[in-house]
Amino acid sequence: MRNGENPLSSMPLQLRTALIDFLYQLADDELIVGHRNSEWLGIAPDIEEDVAFASMAQDEIGHATYFYGLLEALGEGRADDLAFVRSASQRRNARLIEQPNGDWAATISRRYLYDVFESVRLKALVESTYEPISQGANKMLREEYYHVLHMGTWFRRLARADGVARSRIECALPLVWKDVADLFTLGEHREFLVREGIISMDEPELYAAWERDVSQVFTELQLQWPGSPQLPAERGRLGQHSTDLETLLGAMGEVYVSDPHTGW
Amino acid sequence: MDADDQQHVVEPSCQAVLLALDDVSDPEIPAVSIRELGLIHHVAVEEDVISVELLPTFVGCPALEMIRHKVVERLTAEFGTRRVNVAFVMTQPWTSQRITSVGIEKLRAYGIAAPVRSQPGRLVTPPCPYCGASDTKVENLFGPTACRSLYYCTSCQQPFEGIKAV
Repeated sequence: MRNGENPLSSMPLQLRTALIDFLYQLADDELIVGHRNSEWLGIAPDIEEDVAFASMAQDEIGHATYFYGLLEALGEGRADDLAFVRSASQRRNARLIEQPNGDWAATISRRYLYDVFESVRLKALVESTYEPISQGANKMLREEYYHVLHMGTWFRRLARADGVARSRIECALPLVWKDVADLFTLGEHREFLVREGIISMDEPELYAAWERDVSQVFTELQLQWPGSPQLPAERGRLGQHSTDLETLLGAMGEVYVSDPHTGW
Repeated sequence: MDADDQQHVVEPSCQAVLLALDDVSDPEIPAVSIRELGLIHHVAVEEDVISVELLPTFVGCPALEMIRHKVVERLTAEFGTRRVNVAFVMTQPWTSQRITSVGIEKLRAYGIAAPVRSQPGRLVTPPCPYCGASDTKVENLFGPTACRSLYYCTSCQQPFEGIKAV
């Protein structure tokens, strides 16, 4: 999309509907993961991680801002309202990342698994037939390199440590694993998104690429593979969320909702 | 136009606009200009508007609005009669390879190492900007801004920052 070009002018309705649903998945994933990151600020295990988590939160929320901006251009309303005011049932983020942070090992496990997924998905978006998505993915992929590197380093460090660190990783994995499969779902317009080339990989291919990377690291660390991830009964991409998300949205939107029309 | 014309208005060329943009420093790294950082993608001068397209270093860089403001302020001061339109675009990604050689030198003099391209799966640390030694290590991949990491030089025992290779 070039400046001044109206993206609504010539877009078929079915494409617009599918695109909007998918952009909400991208935007909500990044906003929620960014917000969860920011919750560590001031209480991370050391000051380096305060800096790292704040910086990654800034990156992820920046990506969310980009995608909400695309939704605004498609006539969905103000980006700030899309980020702060929508209810839990309107959110399309994966359930995995709305889980409360838990301890450091749970956070690292969840973030590592999510960041590998995000890299896989961005690679599948670089050739997107929707140019703004393609351009954004091409840029974000370069930033994501550092997130995967950082989280992979931590995951290895904890899993290789003796004693409590390793056992906490082993305790965290089943909790994280119960929502992993939800990551790879593309929502109710899946077939259309794949057929139109909005995303170049379908759900099984996204999962396979993720599993290839992650299972290699599990083998390297002699961690037991928790089994083929099973889809949760409720799906984040269909707006079915936990009460944890409602709590998060309440905290995140509290200041904004107090006066949505003020200049922040 | 007569030499003594008090209403003298500079007729901007793209080159003149670029030269004016040399005065716009990065809000987070004042040692370098946005041009030296490779942020400028396109400049167009039309009858009533000057359009500047910039590439964000990082998608979520919080300095973007400050940069927009500084560009508008500088160009309005120089070519006041025209509207100034600044857009951030991603038609091509900003990469750290866009930093000019002058920019790299200025960053180094400021204590910020130039980016070094890493091999897949292996992060390469930059040489120390103070003593030039190559035995440096990562202190933190994340630093005071989205585009910087923190390193430590085991030779001169100085912590230093480096621009992330992206």
